[in-house]
Amino acid sequence: MRIDGKGLVDRTKPVRFRFDGKDYAGYKGDTLASALLANDVRLVGRSFKYHRPRGVLTAGSEEPNALVEVVGPSNQTPNVRATMQEVFEGLDCRSQNRLGSLRFDLLAVNDYLSPFLSAGFYYKTFMWPRAFWEGLYEPIIRRAAGLGSLSGKHDEGTYEKAFAFCDVLVIGSGPAGLMAALTAGRSGADVILCEESHALGGRLLSDGGTIGGVPAGDWVAQVLAELQALPNVRIMARTTVTGAYDSGTYGALERVGLHKPARPNLPRECFWRIVAKHAVLASGALERPVAFENNDRPGIMMASAVRTYLNRYGVVPGKRVTLFANTDQARGVARDLMASGIQVAAIIDPRPDASAVEDCPVHVGAEVVGSRGRLGLAGIQVRKGSETIEIETDCLAMSGGWNPTIHLTCHMNGRPRWSEELAAFVPMEGAVPGLVAVGAANGSMSTHGALATGHAAALRAVEALGRKVSVLLPEAEDMPYTLKALWAVEGKGRAWLDFANDVTTKDVKLAAQEGFRSVEHMKRYTTQGMAPDQGKSSNVAALAVLAEATGRGIAETGVTTFRPPYVPVSIAAMGAGGRAEGFAPQRFLTSDQASRDRGAPMIEAGLWYRPSYFPKPGEATWREACDREVTMVRETVGVADVSTLGKIDIQGKDAGRFLDFVYTNTFSTLPVGRVRYGLMLREDGLVLDDGTSARLGEGHYLMTTTTAAAGLVMRHLDFVHQAFCADWQVRFISVTESWAQFAVAGPKARALVNSFLEVPVDLPFMGVAPVRIGGVDGRLFRISFSGEEGYELAVPTRYGEALFRDLVARAETMGGGPYGMEALNVLRIEKGFITHAEIHGRVTAHDIGMEKMVSAKKDCIGKAAATRPGMWGPEREQLVGLKASAPISAGAHLFVPGTEVHRETDQGYVTSICWSPTVGAWLGLGFLKDGRARHGEKIRLVDHLRGLDVLCEVCDPVFHDPDGEKLRA
Amino acid sequence: MPELIAKSALEGRSLALGGVTLAEVEAGPITSIAVLPGAAKTVAKGLKTIGLAMPEPNRFAEKKGARIVWTGREQAFLIGVDAPELEGAAVTDQSDGWAVLEVSGPAAVDVLARLVPMDLRLTACPVGSALRTQVNHMNTVILRTGDYAFEIMVFRSMARTAWHELETATHMVAARASVKI
Amino acid sequence: MRLTCPLCGDRDRREFYYYGAEDYLHRPPEGAPLADWDNYLHLRDNPAGVTKDLWYHEAGCAQWLVVTRNTVTHEISGVELVAERKA
Repeated sequence: MRIDGKGLVDRTKPVRFRFDGKDYAGYKGDTLASALLANDVRLVGRSFKYHRPRGVLTAGSEEPNALVEVVGPSNQTPNVRATMQEVFEGLDCRSQNRLGSLRFDLLAVNDYLSPFLSAGFYYKTFMWPRAFWEGLYEPIIRRAAGLGSLSGKHDEGTYEKAFAFCDVLVIGSGPAGLMAALTAGRSGADVILCEESHALGGRLLSDGGTIGGVPAGDWVAQVLAELQALPNVRIMARTTVTGAYDSGTYGALERVGLHKPARPNLPRECFWRIVAKHAVLASGALERPVAFENNDRPGIMMASAVRTYLNRYGVVPGKRVTLFANTDQARGVARDLMASGIQVAAIIDPRPDASAVEDCPVHVGAEVVGSRGRLGLAGIQVRKGSETIEIETDCLAMSGGWNPTIHLTCHMNGRPRWSEELAAFVPMEGAVPGLVAVGAANGSMSTHGALATGHAAALRAVEALGRKVSVLLPEAEDMPYTLKALWAVEGKGRAWLDFANDVTTKDVKLAAQEGFRSVEHMKRYTTQGMAPDQGKSSNVAALAVLAEATGRGIAETGVTTFRPPYVPVSIAAMGAGGRAEGFAPQRFLTSDQASRDRGAPMIEAGLWYRPSYFPKPGEATWREACDREVTMVRETVGVADVSTLGKIDIQGKDAGRFLDFVYTNTFSTLPVGRVRYGLMLREDGLVLDDGTSARLGEGHYLMTTTTAAAGLVMRHLDFVHQAFCADWQVRFISVTESWAQFAVAGPKARALVNSFLEVPVDLPFMGVAPVRIGGVDGRLFRISFSGEEGYELAVPTRYGEALFRDLVARAETMGGGPYGMEALNVLRIEKGFITHAEIHGRVTAHDIGMEKMVSAKKDCIGKAAATRPGMWGPEREQLVGLKASAPISAGAHLFVPGTEVHRETDQGYVTSICWSPTVGAWLGLGFLKDGRARHGEKIRLVDHLRGLDVLCEVCDPVFHDPDGEKLRA
Repeated sequence: MPELIAKSALEGRSLALGGVTLAEVEAGPITSIAVLPGAAKTVAKGLKTIGLAMPEPNRFAEKKGARIVWTGREQAFLIGVDAPELEGAAVTDQSDGWAVLEVSGPAAVDVLARLVPMDLRLTACPVGSALRTQVNHMNTVILRTGDYAFEIMVFRSMARTAWHELETATHMVAARASVKI
Repeated sequence: MRLTCPLCGDRDRREFYYYGAEDYLHRPPEGAPLADWDNYLHLRDNPAGVTKDLWYHEAGCAQWLVVTRNTVTHEISGVELVAERKA
């Protein structure tokens, strides 16, 4: 019911929204919860386990009951707290966790089965008969488990992540937070003020009162106006600080566009990483419910929430309200209601010495012991001494005191301290370096206490920043707050502790009885605190019940660990920007467009996109194109973009010495103008990478790495250089991106290359020379990865596209053309050249038959380890070639024909395969135990995944031109 | 053989939206200068001929269209002019290895806050700062060229991704600004 | 988590690559017994407390760093350039 003249919603801006298919009206500034209550909708959901009717319990992010699904154009979001979702025109949401309608939920049968569904029931039932598990029990449980549903489609909404830095981060904008922000802000320090709600002011917006002689609301407005005018203060509303991490880093979730209809590019949420030199935690406190029989009916709410709905939203959740509370502060709810003309049927105060003087009936020394009403509260039973009174009421405001919101102080392993005076946990000082808890979050419950501690913490931060500020502390209410805890009312029926996961006092007692005495065990056994609300309103009460059941004190019983995030954070927000194109950088070759123009499908090679093959009309499969390209290279000439290979420019007097140290073989003796193949080991003796290095000048080398290991090799070189020889005369830098480089291979390669050069060259095999091409300085290497006479022509990257198009066009006039990755792979397998398919991190130089490349004359990285026993010898699997007349597969394993196929008889495995149009057979490279001694043997190749069982011939890995005559032609 | 035609990574693309301008800029020659051990003085002498010196860490300096940018320990990029003869340093042409994107306008810093894990407040990152850091997943050199202007250097092959990231962030910042939150 | 690179300053952890214990810096001389190599390559302490390990400022200045930190408190008490470390 809406009360005229109350609340901060904008009555000039009515909003229509939809809940469970029915249209309702609210106002701008309403949450879904306040708008539904204004429309007298009390039943908003069903509980998790028993499917009990549930209503709104709180007015904040701690809400355990009122979880709904919000349906948007591009997404469906389950478990949205109605207390946080603001209404907007067209908001469409529905209740969840029901089978049938909300009013007639078929799964409410669970409530009648509750004797069988107590804590740990799933450990005890569904055990027998065993055969029923997969077919019956599991599907039923899966159907019933979980909360809410997803659309099953990609969330196409916009999400954002961002970084922010500040001197002082203020978390919460109640009196403590505002005072801290004002103090730090006036000092000139950079301040970020985060407020979870859409409006700033915290409890001041709900509780009223005066600050510095003006109404609290006016004081809030004044402070906000000043903060907004300060350029060094950033106010972030709708932003929940979700976690405290190392080095002053905080995670925060901003609800950017969730309160508006979706629009293009407007983020729904933003996940902030905020780095703060100092942080002030002014997160306030959470009011705690009292456990009594049937305390979970719609209409039973937190007292502070009733006050918030009244004063902030102008909404009363009932016509005859009762209050059940054990503090003087909570009486304010009843007074505010009565001042607004709402009938307060009774105040029930368990304290025998509490004041009975109010403008309504007050029962002191009394407790609420039960409630009635099927889909909403109709009445309560109150026990006063030996008598039980029945009171008709449709809204019970309850309060069992307050728990400081200490979660962030525990995120870095800090354990909270139990305060007997407050009957609550308070933060351990210094638990998060740089963070100070103030106000109610630190147990200062009065407005004065909040202002004073917020002010003091900010002053200390300002001082540490070397700044000065003088801010007067305004006067405010300073009521003492002491509490005799009331966790649960004695009684027989079920009394709820954890509303979200349907955990009752009985469940906790059962856990204790069954030996789960540790609070961490109780939690897991009962699932208390494991719902989306993470037990915000139930943790302390549950452990208090456990403490009593086990005959221990609360401090001794301890508390479960609060971990980030404080509120649920959508994966979409946390991983914003990481989907689709944002997943990883895409690296494009200069020839990219030219390849696509020719219809080449592009494949990912690391981050690079490379052409797979270049289809021609009439070719039905990739294999046809691939076979043609292979034959083309073998018979005429082919052109391929090989710019992806890592290129490292190495200079200095000690450049050769450095290469000698990182390669197994020697480079200091390489003549200028020549290229040498090098093998690089890790320090543990396994092969890291291979490639060619060219000597461009006396103290100038150009190293190439494989595409895959370019980054890895750079990191390795940096380590070796900085760790072991930082004083050597050598410096190096990546030039991978500086050069576009094209392989030209085949019998007509020389003719094609020379047709491009201003001055033709006659390079020997493994030679390098500077060249002029089309008015540009380039480099020509005579190297081959195909086994044919091969050249690589390099020009500055900006000319790459032009050169590629020219090369391909001219190759075509010679009967050649471009070739892609598939053909490149076949060509190198035919020639027995290895890639990272072979040097996969578990092979030694000996395994690949390159042990002779480990120079005996010098030390190098990995040399010592490579000589260790077990790193060489016939028991190791050695690189071999495999030849077959039927298809074979990489990943298949090798067995001696006639032996059984299992792990112990495994002789090796296959790393690369292809159909070779040149050899006219299926070829493979693989590793076989003592393989080099077994050339000519027949071996059985088995791949159970692909259903292959093929007899292969073991042979030398070089199938094509074994003597290298073509290479050197 | 006809003259080869040069092409920049993004062919001079630009975009203006919500107070932010993105544009590929032509940086001119880029030369890496890595000082060899013990040769700091020799290199300084060589650089003096063009009125420049090796920059302090995280800084760049400018003189008559020439820029010298700190890029690492005893390493700098000379940008905008051809490198002079330098003794005592490894000198490597990097002109073709980078794409340079300018992000400017009052909201430029907000766009970068979506992608760069760095404190870009003017107090922490004054004009003249040169930061080796990341733009989302890409390594970068960021130059603060003005209160509201940055130049972002990324590997040339990643220019399209860098553009995509900056453009997406610009759209989000503009969308935020266009609605009353 | 943040690390203060001696060159680049205070940086987010995402800019760094973690390698392992600082032991990797103490490479045995050529010809050292295999036991020394085994120790160098494979044997590591796992202290609850102060430890030194190697980080690479991969997205920054490409310098290797020795980071002294406490595995219990997460306190970082020193960051040193590998290239300029005192032996």
